[in-house]
Amino acid sequence: MIPVLFRLAWTNLRRDRVAQVMTFVLPIGFFSIFALVFGGSSGNGSTPRVHVLVVDESRTETSAGLVQALSEEDGLLVQAKARPEGAGARDSAVALTRERAESLVRAGDAPVALVLPAGIDTSLLRYDGRGEKALVLTDAADPIAARMVSGLLQRATLRLSRRAAAEYGGAPDTGTVDEMLPARVETRTVVGEKRTSPMIAFYAAGIAVMFLMFSASAAGGALIEETESGTLERVLSSRVGMTRLLAAKWLYITSLGVLQITVMFTWGMLVFKLPLLSHLPGFAIMTIATAACVAAFGLVLGTFARTRQQLQGIANLVILSLSAVGGSMFPRFLMSETLLKVSLVGFNAWALDGYRKVFWFELPVSALWPQLLALALFTIAFLLLARRLARRWEVA
Amino acid sequence: MIALRIQDARKRFGTVEALRGLSFDLRAGEMLGLLGPNGAGKTTLVRALAGRVRLDGGRVSLFDRELSPDSARPELGVVPQELALYPLLTAGENLNVFGALNGLSGDRLRARVAWALEWTGLGDRAKESVKHFSGGMKRRLNLACGVLHEPRVVLLDEPTVGVDPQSREKLYDMLAALRSAGAAILVTTHYLEEAEARCERIVVMDHGRAVAQGSLAELVAVAGLPARRLTLHLERAIATAPEGFALDGGGTALTASVTDVAAELPELLARVRGAGHAVRDLDVRAASLQAAFLALTGKELRE
Repeated sequence: MIPVLFRLAWTNLRRDRVAQVMTFVLPIGFFSIFALVFGGSSGNGSTPRVHVLVVDESRTETSAGLVQALSEEDGLLVQAKARPEGAGARDSAVALTRERAESLVRAGDAPVALVLPAGIDTSLLRYDGRGEKALVLTDAADPIAARMVSGLLQRATLRLSRRAAAEYGGAPDTGTVDEMLPARVETRTVVGEKRTSPMIAFYAAGIAVMFLMFSASAAGGALIEETESGTLERVLSSRVGMTRLLAAKWLYITSLGVLQITVMFTWGMLVFKLPLLSHLPGFAIMTIATAACVAAFGLVLGTFARTRQQLQGIANLVILSLSAVGGSMFPRFLMSETLLKVSLVGFNAWALDGYRKVFWFELPVSALWPQLLALALFTIAFLLLARRLARRWEVA
Repeated sequence: MIALRIQDARKRFGTVEALRGLSFDLRAGEMLGLLGPNGAGKTTLVRALAGRVRLDGGRVSLFDRELSPDSARPELGVVPQELALYPLLTAGENLNVFGALNGLSGDRLRARVAWALEWTGLGDRAKESVKHFSGGMKRRLNLACGVLHEPRVVLLDEPTVGVDPQSREKLYDMLAALRSAGAAILVTTHYLEEAEARCERIVVMDHGRAVAQGSLAELVAVAGLPARRLTLHLERAIATAPEGFALDGGGTALTASVTDVAAELPELLARVRGAGHAVRDLDVRAASLQAAFLALTGKELRE
């Protein structure tokens, strides 16, 4: 009996393509995506680099050499120039000022800035605890960036002044750690300094968007159930066309999504002190745009899949992949540059960026326009695609 | 008056010709049975009439108005073979949804839902989820959802499949009530005895076209069957049949075709007795729809 049942189970698996994909292809797909996201496995220079803004207030040969030495560090992406605030796209970039660098960190354009103040050139390699300190302006959400810049500054200083360091001989064996470093550094948090739980907003948005995608795919999959039960045929035989049917479903899933995210953030506010009430306008507009986009995405999945099993397999693969790459599971600012760019092909990365702007950088609603525009374009594209795919249910 | 006219309807799906020049009329107020083996094209026709299939050729007219797939069909009610209901909704909610989708609203919708609940005998179950209903109850509700908007022509695809005899009786009573109200009804079914008993006319379809249509007697004539068949059961088995008879039942029965029983029976009995055979019993049967159907469409399996 056991051999018969054993063979039966294998025969069933051999003839079920969806089960085979779920068993063998899906794990490999996830493994590859997670390896790319978390492992930096491509090994072609796409490993994460810290984007650092460098302000050279000293403007000496030494400070310029220090900036150059920092630029040569593999772990850093040094930016010393930027367009002035409010300048147009055609304006040329100028050397960064301390204020401009700080505002860029506040806006989330870079996780960290390094200010080399006047007098830094004579303060290096003193080991006496005196002289000017380099200033690291940091975003509390990314503590690794600040530490990395501080560390690499030391190495750049040593590299720059190798000969001078040799003349000094060894450092004194007494004094504070600060006095033993070749460059003294002060770190100041300019974003998120008052947050008690810096990652709450990030995870609230990440998890909410991921589960919203699952809800939307399930709701979109109602089309498959309706096909099987005959209700879709009956509805389409009445006075309702496919466009109106999809529009109604899109509105329903959008409203469901708005409710789902609101419940999630309300829970975050009540239990984890997420500052929802002080960010209501930004939250509202991002939530509506995100829910509308995810609803259209759910319709694409629902109209693409032919069976419930197919929908489940496709939804798992696409949603978990998008979530990994888009930043629901792992902060995007810790990803490699390549992945950062790749992740923008997913609408969820734009949604999470928008929520981050609202809750972390506390930017005004007007600053959300790139994310809102991207989400709107994704929504339109998804709706058009779903409408195209739904033609299979129309007049034969 | 012709309610629905199908003329030379043609439809091909890839290499399969589902409809090959089908033509027939549905008269106002009549119940017409549409019969045919599996794959004959019945469901394709119903879907074409409902605007869900675009014909490659031919015409469909509803009360002299030619229809295209995009035409509005307020005079048409479609009852699909599937139990096309929302299982989590109550009976009343399902009726409200399908009534609204068919253009009803306000007082008229409320009145029609109340009528439907009464008509289906589901008035006391109006607030129960459909998923708890029996097959017969779902069938009745399925029918009601298709006729809420008072269509003058009702298309029913296998309306009694999978229900018990009592529920079938109730469903046909409901259809009779619709006919009394003036609706023309086109019903597809594999239950030939139902079609024979309930439909005034029958269209037999095969291979995408109508092979015969008319009353049962007309179908029997087209099929080339005798109007009645006489069977004489003998006391003992015989080897050779008398003139005008055929042997049946392993030699214990004789069969003959008769047209006028009263006139022909005495002479046939005398002929048998004259041959020295004793008759134990006899029966006379009219040609059945089953016999006519098989004669018209053949006995080979279609799937």
